[in-house]
Amino acid sequence: MSRSTRACLWRFWAALLPALVGCAPMTNVVLLPQPDGRPASVVVAKGEQQVVLARPYEAARESSAGVSAYASSAQEVQQRFGPALAAQPGRAAKVTLYFVEGKDALTEESRALVDNMLAEVARRPVPDVLVVGHTDLVGSHASNDALAQRRGEVIRTELVRLGVPAENIQVIARGKREPAIPTADGVAEPRNRRVEIIVR
Amino acid sequence: MAPYGKQSRKAVALAVAAGLAGAACAEDIGQIKVSRGQVAVERMGAALPATVGMRLQASDTIRTGSDGSAGITMNDDSLLSTGPNSVLVLQRFALDPATSQGRFDAALDKGSLVVVSGRIAKQSPEAMTVRTPSAIIGVRGTEFAVSVGE
Repeated sequence: MSRSTRACLWRFWAALLPALVGCAPMTNVVLLPQPDGRPASVVVAKGEQQVVLARPYEAARESSAGVSAYASSAQEVQQRFGPALAAQPGRAAKVTLYFVEGKDALTEESRALVDNMLAEVARRPVPDVLVVGHTDLVGSHASNDALAQRRGEVIRTELVRLGVPAENIQVIARGKREPAIPTADGVAEPRNRRVEIIVR
Repeated sequence: MAPYGKQSRKAVALAVAAGLAGAACAEDIGQIKVSRGQVAVERMGAALPATVGMRLQASDTIRTGSDGSAGITMNDDSLLSTGPNSVLVLQRFALDPATSQGRFDAALDKGSLVVVSGRIAKQSPEAMTVRTPSAIIGVRGTEFAVSVGE
């Protein structure tokens, strides 16, 4: 290859390079309003450059010059992300039901609510359910783990009765390890005798 | 007794093989909850139709056509939804259900994506990222939207 050909090739690549970079798809990021209003943020990084988005509709976009912040809007988000927003699945929800001391029987109040609350779970298109059994701090770990498991199984049976496929239900027992209301060991606390049902 | 013994050894060998295959199989990390229009899940070179209820695995790619959109839930309660003409790769997902500690890396190669981060990002703010071909988004527990292209 002659020197002039090589030089020519170099010029060719040098000219092509910006065009190639220009063709690279541009990234655009928008922080959305948080439903609970809690503070939140994302960091958009490109090489050494960083843009932090911390308020609703704060946005970052790429250009040939790098990443820059700008103010987006509900309208722009709807335009750009309408179909993705419409395809968002339902948020995970948690239902808590309470049990009689030392037993796997629901309290009277929870008994009255169980059908309504669990029907809500069963109504989801493909409910994926985690059932977590808990106890208060009376007794040993072994006896409480067993009790928590039995409480979980009671709820599993109810969910299956309401039409949730058994293979979509996972039951775990946390025994007295995760009290809702922290107490000293041996304390009988009704609010800790519960099963949490988390549905996605 | 001899043939029975032989058979039961065979059964044990089969069970072990099945167990190993199960272990080699990627774990379930999420689920397709919404699938509209043309949506496919690409797994180990094969394109599977994305049906509602389908379980997802690490390294799965979700690809939507010009009329497609998809919504998925991850095991840490993250929600990801993509619009048309999108390619979303679930690169890495690991979660300790007891502590909510883990790692979640996804990539949007093109198209649009809306994210509601879940327990992994809530537990450790550095543990979730979304990559695009030209940028990395670090998620500190939040809802946001990303697009690539246009």
